[in-house]
Amino acid sequence: VDNFKEDLNKTFPCRQSQINLLLSLFGQRHQYTYSSLFIYGHTGTGKTAVTTNILNHFKLPHVLVNCVECYSSRFLYEMILNSLHGNSVTESSDLVKCDNMNDFVRMFKQVSQEKRIDQETIYIVLDKAERLREMEMNILPAFLRLQELTQQNVCVILLSEIVWEKFRTGSGYCEPFVLHFSDYTNDQLIEIMMLDHPTEYDENFYRMYLNLVLSVFQMVCRNLKELHHLAKLNFQRYAEPVKTGEATAEDTRKLWKNIEPHLKKALQTVYLREVSSSQWEKMQQSIEAGQPQLYKSLYFLLSSGLSSRSHVELPYYSKFLLIAAYLASYNPAKTDKRFFAKHGGKTSRQSKLLKKHERASNHMLGPKPFALDRMMAIFYAVVEGRVAPTANIFMQISSLVSLNLLGHVASDDQIDSPKYKCLVSLDFIKSVSRTVNFENIKRQ
Amino acid sequence: MASSKLDIEKVKFLKSYQLGDELRLRFSQNAPSTSLHGYEKERGQLFDLIKRTASTGESNSVLVIGPRGSGKTMTLNSIYNELIEDDNVRENLLQVKLNGLLQTDDKIALKEITRQLQLENTLGDKVFGSFAETLQFLLDALKCGSQSSKPILFILEEFDMFAHHKNQTLLYNLFDIAQSDQAPICVVGVTCRLDVIELLEKRVKSRFSHRQVYFLNNYSYENFCDICMSYLKIESKPVRCDFIKEWNKQVEKLSKDGTVRDVLQQQFHFNKDIRALHHILMYVVCQLNETHPFPTPSDFVEAMKVTSTDSKSAMLHGISILELCLIIAMKHLTDIYDGEPFNFEMVYSEYAKFAQKRSSMQMYEKAVVLKAFEHLLALELVKSTDGSGTRIQKEYRLMSLLIHPSQITDALQKYPQCPTEVKQWASTSVI
Repeated sequence: VDNFKEDLNKTFPCRQSQINLLLSLFGQRHQYTYSSLFIYGHTGTGKTAVTTNILNHFKLPHVLVNCVECYSSRFLYEMILNSLHGNSVTESSDLVKCDNMNDFVRMFKQVSQEKRIDQETIYIVLDKAERLREMEMNILPAFLRLQELTQQNVCVILLSEIVWEKFRTGSGYCEPFVLHFSDYTNDQLIEIMMLDHPTEYDENFYRMYLNLVLSVFQMVCRNLKELHHLAKLNFQRYAEPVKTGEATAEDTRKLWKNIEPHLKKALQTVYLREVSSSQWEKMQQSIEAGQPQLYKSLYFLLSSGLSSRSHVELPYYSKFLLIAAYLASYNPAKTDKRFFAKHGGKTSRQSKLLKKHERASNHMLGPKPFALDRMMAIFYAVVEGRVAPTANIFMQISSLVSLNLLGHVASDDQIDSPKYKCLVSLDFIKSVSRTVNFENIKRQ
Repeated sequence: MASSKLDIEKVKFLKSYQLGDELRLRFSQNAPSTSLHGYEKERGQLFDLIKRTASTGESNSVLVIGPRGSGKTMTLNSIYNELIEDDNVRENLLQVKLNGLLQTDDKIALKEITRQLQLENTLGDKVFGSFAETLQFLLDALKCGSQSSKPILFILEEFDMFAHHKNQTLLYNLFDIAQSDQAPICVVGVTCRLDVIELLEKRVKSRFSHRQVYFLNNYSYENFCDICMSYLKIESKPVRCDFIKEWNKQVEKLSKDGTVRDVLQQQFHFNKDIRALHHILMYVVCQLNETHPFPTPSDFVEAMKVTSTDSKSAMLHGISILELCLIIAMKHLTDIYDGEPFNFEMVYSEYAKFAQKRSSMQMYEKAVVLKAFEHLLALELVKSTDGSGTRIQKEYRLMSLLIHPSQITDALQKYPQCPTEVKQWASTSVI
């Protein structure tokens, strides 16, 4: 056991107390333990890895199920039973069939007796356990009580990111033992990421680099997986001056100057997945290959990113319909006359102030629903030339809805007086109005 | 010299007698029903009732009501075990155990009943026939019986779940049989809902005998301590063994220890229920090993710490500074607008006000902040108030904060290297 503990501590540094606690709770193979353990903590704190590693190493009879995969209870039962039974998925002839909890409990007893594991603790690990809340009412309480229901030595381990308080409903459960996997501190993060440092470079050199990465990203993100990925992605760029001989490994200031803008750029692009990691790598390689032309074009692509490529080609009238919808959504109905009627009343100084206030709050609170009639009226006011209200125009409205540019507000009578909401941002509507030479900001 | 002898004895003992096994079994859900405390009156009542069914063929129905972990099932088990010690009863009494968590509808429940009674339409553990057939068959079988036929003890756990079945067919039939001159049955419903009677339909309610037994945890703190220690003590068995004597002595010492009593008092104020106590004791027992053979007060303190940590504060400890800033902004918004829901745009402008004016921190662009916001949403620290409205952009979806202000201050104090300006901002909403 002690040997294994050392190994485990090496593979999972900074998880010592959790490992010790789990080992002590599990005890001997035949000993009883808590009927259910609930382990929670942030993503990438080693909940699944540590638990499954212990179970695997001691070859304890266990089943690992991800609740995302088991979207219906039937899959959940069958997966547990079949993997206990040792059935592989390919030989589908003698798979166990089970579709309710009653059969599950009965068959669980059978299978464990057949496999001669009924004298040992059987562990059922349910990953992403928050999904269990969305299944039938009886599943979660029954799993928490499985020891009593099966009259066997079972331990159900629930792993989740969500705290236990959010699982409680109704008349309560048989409470599990709640365990927390704490988050890593910055030093621990570096220690963990040092585990797979590139061998061709010095350890201290890489540690220095990780420090820099953390200093840029730690304010925004403390997720180990994300940080690890970003560190791997940008390391070549960091080591480049050393490779080309521009700087030595000790010249930290120069290296920092070189990498900092690069990392900040990464924060805005790769971290948000606006640029895929492979694109990012390609961009870095293009510099190394000495192709500034390619670099420039890629860089432009990257700086434009995904979000700014939001320009959509729409038909002429659709554009005006969208503009009209935007105006109707973000302006109160009482200002319509002033804005769109030919002889709009003059506004006093007071109401101008008021108007300014309104506009600010409107952009904060989001779009308001409006009736179809109002939108059509604004549409006729803003569009140039005569437009007949043909079936095409109304078709375009419904296709805007299906493109998710407009949203249908649920109301009772859909055909008589449908209500809509505009679901596009100000930037988008600006770019649309620019294409049709319409100044909508001023009009507001 | 003496101590080393004891040491050897200890190790030997731990290997042979397996004290840990027994204690762990005691605190598990499959605990033997002998370790029962209190409820002499209630147990007597139930015992009489079931015994009358078993011996004289009287039909009864009763509801056992009490909070979770108060020993309802354990009492019933111990009653059954005591009853079947009598040869007469063992041959006569049939027991059918149903659980609302397993038998989620009447169809499954009926199959389970026929399976447990091993009637003719079962083969092994398979049951044949449709729902209507099984019901008819079962009713006929019960009807043709008289007072002289074998009594059946029905135990319905999670009784309130059975009341949610369609038309309450099963409950109606069971209570009806208990009322009329058919085979003698005793229906025992076990539930933790005090208002369970109100869930029953009128016709079902009128057939129920309205006999209720309450299991309420009405013992004092002193009793609680005694119960706790009696769980740890090892009685009878081979007391001649030195180690057990030593063990009991240590437990006795523990029961007088101030720290342990403090822990127990705290637990008693939180929760009187015995199952929660088991959690603590199980933790203590799990810490035992060859080098640490006796429980110490520090084990109890540790167990209390593990079971009573505030999970939300623990999760707040792991989020990034940006996310913490957003939570503080949300807290201010909730304060200012008196609990009204807010959306991302409002939170962002609140954050922007802070980041531009007060702090030396870098101001992050909107998309990065939105990602942080969505992480909070995924952790369910923030919840959308209008259900899952896909109709509206995520920036404008109304949200409410699910963290208490005291949890935020608590988290800020424990947060590693929290910038001072963030702390100050948290305490005052004025920027």
